Amino acid sequence: MRTMETEVLVIGGGATGTGVIADLALRGFRCALVEKRDLAHGTTGRYHGLLHSGGRYAVKDPKAATECIEENVILRRIMPHCIEDTGGFFVVTPWDDDAFGDRFMQGCRDTAVPCEEISIAQMLREEPHLNPEISRCFRVPDGSADSFLATQSVAALAQAHGAQILHYYEVKHLIRQGDRVVGALCYDLVKDEEVAIQADLVVNAAGAWAGKIAHTAEVEVNVRAGKGTMIAASYRIVNTVVNRCKMPADGDIIVPVHTVSIIGTTDEAVPDPEHFAIEPWEVQLMMQEAAKIVPGWRDLRMLRCWGGVRPLYQETKVADTRDVTRAYTLLDHETRDGVAGFITITGGKWTTYRQMAQVTVDRVCEKLGTVRPCTTHETVVPNPFEQGHGRKHHNLGQRLADVEEKEAFGQLICECELATRAHVEHAIIQGEAKTIDDVRRDVRVGMGPCQGGFCTYRVAAIWHELKKPPIEETNVTLRDFLQERWKGLMPILWGPQLKQERLDELIYLSVLNADHLPGPRASRLGPAMYEPGTAWESEHAHV
Amino acid sequence: MANNIWQAQLNIEAHTLKPVELTLDHCIKCNICVTACPVTAVTDLFPGPKYVGPQAGRFRHQGQPSPDHSVDYCNGCRVCNMVCPTGVKIAEINGRARAHIVQSGQVPLRRKLRNNLIARPELMGKFGQPLAPIANGLLHSGFGRFFAKLLLDIAPNAPLPRFSGERFSRWAHKRRDAVRSDRKVVYFHGCSTEYFEARVGKAAVQVLEANGFEVIVPSQNCCGLPLLSNGEFAAAQAYHESNIRHMVDYVKQGYVIVGTSTSCTLTLKEEAPEMLAYHTPDARLLTANTFDIHEFLVHLLDAGELKTDGLRPMPLTLAYHPPCQYRAHRLGRPSTEIMALIPELTIIESQAACCGVGGTYGYKAEKYDITMAVGKPLFDFVQQVHGPIAVCDSETCRWNIAAATGVPLVHPIELLAAAYGYEPEGPLAEVMT
Repeated sequence: MRTMETEVLVIGGGATGTGVIADLALRGFRCALVEKRDLAHGTTGRYHGLLHSGGRYAVKDPKAATECIEENVILRRIMPHCIEDTGGFFVVTPWDDDAFGDRFMQGCRDTAVPCEEISIAQMLREEPHLNPEISRCFRVPDGSADSFLATQSVAALAQAHGAQILHYYEVKHLIRQGDRVVGALCYDLVKDEEVAIQADLVVNAAGAWAGKIAHTAEVEVNVRAGKGTMIAASYRIVNTVVNRCKMPADGDIIVPVHTVSIIGTTDEAVPDPEHFAIEPWEVQLMMQEAAKIVPGWRDLRMLRCWGGVRPLYQETKVADTRDVTRAYTLLDHETRDGVAGFITITGGKWTTYRQMAQVTVDRVCEKLGTVRPCTTHETVVPNPFEQGHGRKHHNLGQRLADVEEKEAFGQLICECELATRAHVEHAIIQGEAKTIDDVRRDVRVGMGPCQGGFCTYRVAAIWHELKKPPIEETNVTLRDFLQERWKGLMPILWGPQLKQERLDELIYLSVLNADHLPGPRASRLGPAMYEPGTAWESEHAHV
Repeated sequence: MANNIWQAQLNIEAHTLKPVELTLDHCIKCNICVTACPVTAVTDLFPGPKYVGPQAGRFRHQGQPSPDHSVDYCNGCRVCNMVCPTGVKIAEINGRARAHIVQSGQVPLRRKLRNNLIARPELMGKFGQPLAPIANGLLHSGFGRFFAKLLLDIAPNAPLPRFSGERFSRWAHKRRDAVRSDRKVVYFHGCSTEYFEARVGKAAVQVLEANGFEVIVPSQNCCGLPLLSNGEFAAAQAYHESNIRHMVDYVKQGYVIVGTSTSCTLTLKEEAPEMLAYHTPDARLLTANTFDIHEFLVHLLDAGELKTDGLRPMPLTLAYHPPCQYRAHRLGRPSTEIMALIPELTIIESQAACCGVGGTYGYKAEKYDITMAVGKPLFDFVQQVHGPIAVCDSETCRWNIAAATGVPLVHPIELLAAAYGYEPEGPLAEVMT
């Protein structure tokens, strides 16, 4: 067993964890982060991509609304390349209460969320596909966010300031000595070995998994996993974030992010953040609710369906997870549970990740008896993939403009999302990808309409060329990614996407014989399936 | 009455007509269009229909400047649409993307001037035709070509047509009372017949009259296709609206519109409404009642109403190129069917995808070489057949093939008119004597 030592250990490589490690590094702490998969593999990489204006919580959760608008302004300034300035609408559809509009306006005023009512004619000029029966429309500064790029960028900033980022390190359990947590025992999935990491302080930023982590140190943290199901349509049917103007409910928002429009979400308490199924009623409900906002929605091609689990913290038991506050919670286990060297930051949402990191690291300073001011609100986060784009907001046409400028049409690996050979090579080498899914999170391969049909074999070929692994390893890498794409397609197999999958099936199962290539069926780095029992687990169940 | 049988019902509701961009949802990335595209086969400047159409379409935003420019190398031949197994309207997506580039002012001034000039054959005709001898002399002189290249970037070897001595509509007007009949058709001559090849219109009128129709030649404008292909949508819409105004009353009386220019009829039928997303009830009425002339004749033939007796034998072996704009009508090969009626005439059909000219595309200096490379297999074919003339339905293709091969071209309707015994004009007259 290897051992390592650091000052502060952060558990969890989502928005919160990477935010915390960047803040720690900027304040000069020696620190390391462990993530059991790739960065943004969990909830961060599975949300609809909304940069909240705070409008969503203006009536129901004013504290969360204020946090959102404060952070909205800061994030636009410090990480513009991760944000598209789409703007947002709150619309009153015929199914909603007209009077809620006034409460909404008042709520926005009370929480300082900028909001103006616009005419329906103006709304339809900007978004001609919206329901013409909408009676009121309010404009707010919502945006859409690339949470993969943001997590990568923040992690790169942390690394540039000396932090260690360890992905594919799964925490087996925290190491407790008496009334103190002194580190964590981790399992390196790639090297297949255990690593004990000693730390003066452990920050539990494991999101929906925070309860599980705390439990290993015999500390009880009640984090509910609230499953949210989302469906992406293959096209930007709207270019503005469109919210239903009513109390938060299932299927009340369409977010245009990169090339797709995402309808979200449901909210169902699930017992295990690891395993959950997407239910047919959820898909039906999303389709039905989306059609209230965009009447032609059902005719669009659905690209993919997925679920994420919200970390919802509550000290007391609650039945409906929607009633849990979306504001975040910082738990100092020394004062709360009498266990020193251990704090948990949980709850919140992507938009408030930086503020959550700030209060967490303030507490770390306090614990370690030092005063170091936070600078993350004024530190611009560079784009690790492209120099020079850092100061501009991301926009929809950017990738196409880049490919055109470089005349890189002949170098496209993922044709749908316009990922070039250079992108893929960068992700494999500099990004230290362990799976093709890691490459996807870095450069968006396989995320377009064909869902990997035409790029998976190309990426596998480049992978093999660059890494020169035994052929069995490349084969299983290919199969893992095909499984990963497939799981998000099963719930929406109708219409054009069914035709696409039939073609993809012919490519991989008939032409390339992917199921019978030498090598294991699946690897331990392969995807966790929504249903209990991953491919790898069922294969190795007898071991 | 045959006309009433064809009078199409407007059973398509306007609100079901969706913008062409939404068809990109049906792309399954199969690459069939890429392998069929004649342009991407010869140049790296055009990344292919899949890339510029359904793929790039996902990255375009009506509210932002266009991020791409390679789509401008699409020549609009519509071969991609024809081969697409899922019905993506690739060529139309490309046309609309180009219009967005034009509308956001992303075309350099000199190119914009040029495009606006060559996209207005009606304007050129109005000024050039009355001065035909001088205009022809100038346009076909080395001097004129040199300045056209220098000032406007027009390809020095562009297949420019020659203005004809008399406007077709003047000829038609002079003989407007020659035939009276209850069976009437409206003839859409288009700019090429009006200003450059009156003989095609004359042949069409003769054939229709020989079959007992009175031919109405209404006042009309350019169909607007050259403007559509150059992204000048506002001007194209003005032409289209004017054409609807001039012709829709005839349609409402139960008459159909026939045309000899396959591009014009395609524009009236489909291109203008789809590209402009212009679906008024009158526009849809025009759409449903416009026919290519050979499509019309095949209907007559099927009804046993086409004059097929006493056709004059024509002992010739000729190459025929069904233009891509004609194949885009999705009609089979009506011209081939009609030409087959002519005794002793042997027609050898080309299998080439496209002659390359793409309307105004081949007139542009930066695209001329692509045009010639695309057309090469067709040019070789025409020369191999070695007929004294060759046959093609579309005017710009005729001019392009003739310029590239030295073989003169005729419209198939000219052959039928000659077989009916009418005196041919132009290249056919020389062959028939």
